[in-house]
Amino acid sequence: MSVTPDSLTTSPASQSNSLVRRFSLTAFKEAIIKGLLFGCAFLSIFTTIAIIWVLLTNTLSFFEDVSLAEFLGDTRWTPQFEGEQKHFGIWPLITGTFLVAIIAASIGLPLGLLSAIYLSEYASPKMRNIAKPILEILAGIPTVVFGYFALVFVTPFVLRPILQTMLGFEVGIYNALSAGIVVGIMIVPTVCSLSEDALRVVPNGLREAAYALGSTKLDVSVRVVVPAALSGIIASFLLAFSRAVGETMAVTIAAGQQPVLNINPLQSVETMTAFIVNISLGDTPAGSIEYKSLYAVAFTLFALTLTMNIISQWVMRRYREEYQ
Amino acid sequence: MSLGFDIPADDLAKRHRKERVFEWICLSALWAGVVILGILVLGTTYQAWGWLDWQFLTSWDSRKPAEAGLLAPLWGSFWILTLTALFTIPVGLGAAVYLEEYSSDTWMRRIIQVNLSNLAGVPSIVYGILGMTVFVRAFGIFGSEGKKLVIELGITQWTIPLPFGRCVVSGALTLTLLVLPTVIVAAQEALRGIPASIRHASLALGATKWQTIRHQVIPAALPGILTGVILAMSRAMGEAAPLILIGALTYVAFAPGRIDSLDDVFKDPGAILNAPFDTFSALPIQVFSWISRPKAGFQHVSAAGIIVLLVVLITMNSVAIYARQRFRTKLKW
Repeated sequence: MSVTPDSLTTSPASQSNSLVRRFSLTAFKEAIIKGLLFGCAFLSIFTTIAIIWVLLTNTLSFFEDVSLAEFLGDTRWTPQFEGEQKHFGIWPLITGTFLVAIIAASIGLPLGLLSAIYLSEYASPKMRNIAKPILEILAGIPTVVFGYFALVFVTPFVLRPILQTMLGFEVGIYNALSAGIVVGIMIVPTVCSLSEDALRVVPNGLREAAYALGSTKLDVSVRVVVPAALSGIIASFLLAFSRAVGETMAVTIAAGQQPVLNINPLQSVETMTAFIVNISLGDTPAGSIEYKSLYAVAFTLFALTLTMNIISQWVMRRYREEYQ
Repeated sequence: MSLGFDIPADDLAKRHRKERVFEWICLSALWAGVVILGILVLGTTYQAWGWLDWQFLTSWDSRKPAEAGLLAPLWGSFWILTLTALFTIPVGLGAAVYLEEYSSDTWMRRIIQVNLSNLAGVPSIVYGILGMTVFVRAFGIFGSEGKKLVIELGITQWTIPLPFGRCVVSGALTLTLLVLPTVIVAAQEALRGIPASIRHASLALGATKWQTIRHQVIPAALPGILTGVILAMSRAMGEAAPLILIGALTYVAFAPGRIDSLDDVFKDPGAILNAPFDTFSALPIQVFSWISRPKAGFQHVSAAGIIVLLVVLITMNSVAIYARQRFRTKLKW
């Protein structure tokens, strides 16, 4: 008889009279296993609760010392200064973060979408099989490496010759533009693979109908397929933007640490993530106000990225065109 | 016959020209990534030329660029990755099995699923803050001095510091939480790809649910699961931000547990148990530390470190991508 050996060896109780007795060792074991597996799945919920709890309690304790009005109203961020000079206005960090993220988005989103259109509408299967793994390798490159790339290649060999030598703008060693460029490159794989998924589920019937009306491939791609896949594309844009906002090492290395209200992309800025890294690198004692400010900044960052992710999922669900 | 309007003779040609230009733009956008990847690798190799040698791979870190080496972060990353895999694989697989095989479509399952995709979007530095607060400092409940839990194991002693402090275990646990959503989703996809007939056949032969999963479903889904795990591990390998918050960025000139050869293991096997509670350095952290040093030579040292990091990561990713491609085409149910 070819029954799985385990059922014979491990469960004598169930074997003898499992039909009669309610309690069996096997059923007991199965229940325990199910419980353990549920525990594994529940860990993710627990992680979320832990993140929110850790950030929230420490942020609240930060707001016992600093008023919410100062946090949201002041335009100076100088936690390292003494006494009266200490200011906790989040805006310099937020503008720094969004300056880098917007530069990144203006490079990464078009590149990613155009690559996705090529992969989905033009590329031969052979080309796809070459390009997709390369994009995946690009996605796997650590962000420290991109930071190094910005600092050692982009600023001295691209930005300075063009913008400083030829056009006369002053380019700092650390600047938001170089950081934005590399973060933009970093988000290309995210945009490309998610948008491509959205483009590919558009049914061929739509494309064929457009061709039959005399469209060129350009018309089909831009006027039929992209609008049909718009919800997925927008979702991928939002997700990529939120990644750019949360990006840490590349901006810490390349954008510098000048928390000033500045929208000149050629000068140094400090992002929220870079501030967190810089504070944790110093010897800030636990419990001090600078230390607590780290949680307040992290909470702001978490809230911003979470909101964008939720909107992205909502757009995806709400505006998805259902095709048969 | 007249159409009632004129079609300019060059209109179609113009449209086709526009069409070709657009295709060319899309193609260059696609290859831009590849070109940049190429420039990055070539430029870094150029910077690292002459610095990446045997001495670099076998020395500890140093204040002098010419003597600095990668040995400590290599050991550190090895320990981090081993422990992260050890924590991630059972929990990630367990969660995926529960979600795919056990849970019906209840509100609980939907919450877990939505929560997973939200967790995947949380910036890694936030996980770093979580790890710093929970694993490194344990909310400060053990006081500023901390405590030590000593477990006698007969031949050796196992000392567990409480809180864990800035050690390998704290780093590995943090990275585990970071990569778990990716691993769970990948494993779920692999499990979903296994046809129901395999489960039905096994159940029909009298196997219990768990026996079916353990002996039929998981082995069949293993290639997909492993691919997900390798990709997650390579992400864990390249993450620097959470480890910086854990406090891994210090001058480390030793391997965790002081184990850097097989002899050390034979001399003191207990060191293996205590190594996870030792301070450590890791490849991306060491690279970051070198990038921020002002001395001229460190630019080349960091380039050499990046090349090693990239070789390890691209190898891991290629194996995973190749395996997936292969099993996708070979396995047809």
